[in-house]
Amino acid sequence: MDMTNNFTARVKRSKFLSLLSRFARDPLGLFGLILVVLMVSSAVLANWIIPYDPIALDILHRLEPPSMAHIMGTDQLGRDVFSRVIMGGRIALKVALVSISLALSCGLVLGLIAGYGPPWVDRLMIILFDTIRSFPTIIFALAIVTLVGPSMNTVILVVIITTIPVYGRIVRAQTQSMKNNEFILAERAMGAGMPRILFVHLLPNIIGPLLIIASMDIPAVVTIEAGLSFLGVGIRPPTPSWGSILNDGYSFIRNTPWLIISGGIPLILTTLGFTFLGESLRDIFDPKLRKDI
Amino acid sequence: MWIYLAKRTALAVVIIITAISLLYSMILMVPGDPTAVILGPRSTPEMREALRADMGLDRPAIIQVAGFILNVFQGDMGIDVFTNRPVSQIVFEQLPYTIILIIAGISWALVLGIPLGCYSAIYRNSFIDKLTGVFSVGTIAIPAFVIALYGLLIFAVQLRWLPAIGAGEQGDLWDQIKHLILPAFAIGLGWVGYLARLVRASMLEVLGENHIRTVRAFGLPEKIIIFRYALKLAILPTIALLGVGVGYLLSSSVFAEIVFARPGIGKLIYESVLTRNYPIIMGSVLITTIIFVLCTMLADIVNAFLDPRMRENL
Repeated sequence: MDMTNNFTARVKRSKFLSLLSRFARDPLGLFGLILVVLMVSSAVLANWIIPYDPIALDILHRLEPPSMAHIMGTDQLGRDVFSRVIMGGRIALKVALVSISLALSCGLVLGLIAGYGPPWVDRLMIILFDTIRSFPTIIFALAIVTLVGPSMNTVILVVIITTIPVYGRIVRAQTQSMKNNEFILAERAMGAGMPRILFVHLLPNIIGPLLIIASMDIPAVVTIEAGLSFLGVGIRPPTPSWGSILNDGYSFIRNTPWLIISGGIPLILTTLGFTFLGESLRDIFDPKLRKDI
Repeated sequence: MWIYLAKRTALAVVIIITAISLLYSMILMVPGDPTAVILGPRSTPEMREALRADMGLDRPAIIQVAGFILNVFQGDMGIDVFTNRPVSQIVFEQLPYTIILIIAGISWALVLGIPLGCYSAIYRNSFIDKLTGVFSVGTIAIPAFVIALYGLLIFAVQLRWLPAIGAGEQGDLWDQIKHLILPAFAIGLGWVGYLARLVRASMLEVLGENHIRTVRAFGLPEKIIIFRYALKLAILPTIALLGVGVGYLLSSSVFAEIVFARPGIGKLIYESVLTRNYPIIMGSVLITTIIFVLCTMLADIVNAFLDPRMRENL
């Protein structure tokens, strides 16, 4: 017994090591990992990193180019852009995590119901999913913002509404392909109820690929948050967001290029980092998800 | 084919009707007085009362939604409260600008992306192929509005090569083209990489199939094999993608229009959001959604026409 345990542990470790070495041989994935680690740690440690209060005004030093005192310069109200960029990353990550996990849970439940439930429920769900997916995202988001009013919660709501169908469809397809498998039929024959079959037996088989897809949605959500904030209908000022820094930079584009440069670069690096990392993780863990050969 | 056509059209109609009902019930679901939402905080009770009667808000919800759907199918999307003009007229005035932008954006992406994809597939694992791979993932990840802003900053503000704002003088074609370059670049860039990747993947798949091996055995030149035989099949996923792509392009054109102060649907919606002009927003969302649904339908039908296997997927 002890020996078998030892053996499985060794197999597990070597599997882990081979994964790690494959990862190390993928320079883009590694690059992505570094960017993501940088981004996440700067968001977590934001309070200790920022040299200034991100919303403190200093009108005497407005629109300054980068200097030793302000490494990314100051905006039109004299606020330190570096501090705002760091705090903006925190907001972006928060919106992404909250909205994706909520959308994932809702999509999971709806998808399981659609895939396992009676056909009319399935048809209804599919039409609802397809309808929501047929709204152009940003345009639909602007309509929601007008109704509910702009705020961080609205941004989260928009992301949830527009991504539930994506997860729902994937879960539904997986459930349907799996629900006639022998282990499910056996479970049913033994008298297991629907919740038990769905959440104890189907869910663990579906969740893996779904989590990879969800992690690859982080850049898209960060983009939506920044985009809506850029339009002035996302995160409310004075709370910093990369989008609102870009919006300030757009208004003062003829005075100084620094605001757009400092607001855009972290956004680009974050989306790149998560995309490279996500692609690499997907290739390692689930090559089936890969679209190209 | 005819059965597929009928089914696919019916699906599109169902989706459009559901979309209208969803949009309309969204107004009804929002807590508070919808007329106050539409008219804004400065409206008087008399104005709200008039609008309520106008919109038929005193009737039951189901009848309201049904009435609204009927009106939309007759081309009537209500009256703009600010200018008193029909919403459809205002939206259709702006629509051509957006359509031109989208066509320009996707065209240059197609012209560059498809050959790039073919090249990467033929010279697999070459330097160009790897570069295309990195470039694709990179450009897909970067938000279109950041590309628009950087394009504006570099080419219009710093270098002054291209005009920064507007759509150009009416009647001056060259000026209009100059105004189109940057926004079209911004919304198309991500698509170059996306298309290249997609074409590469499907090209690799097709090149492994039997009929291509047969053609090759006949000794036809590689160029003819690729462009006459393989591309015909490899292009199918791209066509399907273009339909879905219209939705993304509509979204990114909102940003391009705002950044470059171009007229168009995006700018119209944005300005209506700022003034909380709800009829215009509803109208624009509806029109863009209908365009999107029709485009995906068209792409599906073209796909089914070219590839009979697709007809079974509905």
